[in-house]
Amino acid sequence: MKKVIEIVDVIDTAKVYAELSDANSGGICVFVGAVREFTNNEEVVALEFETYKAMALKEMEKIADKALEKWSLNKVVMRHAVGEKGVEEPVVIVGASSAHRDACFEACRFLIDTLKETVPIWKKEKFKNKTVWVSAHP
Amino acid sequence: MNVLFFGITKDIVGSSEISFSDEFKPVNVAELKKQLIESYPEFSKLNSLAVAVNSEYADDNVLLNGNEEIAIIPPVSGG
Repeated sequence: MKKVIEIVDVIDTAKVYAELSDANSGGICVFVGAVREFTNNEEVVALEFETYKAMALKEMEKIADKALEKWSLNKVVMRHAVGEKGVEEPVVIVGASSAHRDACFEACRFLIDTLKETVPIWKKEKFKNKTVWVSAHP
Repeated sequence: MNVLFFGITKDIVGSSEISFSDEFKPVNVAELKKQLIESYPEFSKLNSLAVAVNSEYADDNVLLNGNEEIAIIPPVSGG
């Protein structure tokens, strides 16, 4: 299988190597996004993610296909979590494998940057006294 | 015609789905946005407001017949 595209409740970062490794791949590059404890010096209690799942999977598929067109990749993984996530928990993992490292490094950056721009997933920051939908307002 | 709401737009509307009766049914995406902003002025304060028709981003001129799956997409913030 060339692509793994998923929206899940919990991300298991340990399984991504097996998903991306390939006899023709000398390079595997992975990005993991996790919950950070502070936003602008305010303590974050948790992040809550919601999605429009049918559309999110379609958009992720398009991004993976574009990456496969643009670079010579062997495998691509894009997986995002939904629900409430605590500090240090992984929320997104993307990765690619290729014969040499340049392609997978560049593709990995493209996968996460484009996911953040177009995939319908929303993040609410929960602080002690308030909650904020990230990027909603200027 | 039913419209789905997500993220902050769900909070503004107070529901994840609303129905438009035939007499108020917008003819295209631009009209839908205009009606929503009139009913919920908070929508105009958002960084962006996109519409998806059958789970694809739709331009303002896309026509609506009411049988599509229509969703309001506030600024996304995954990752």
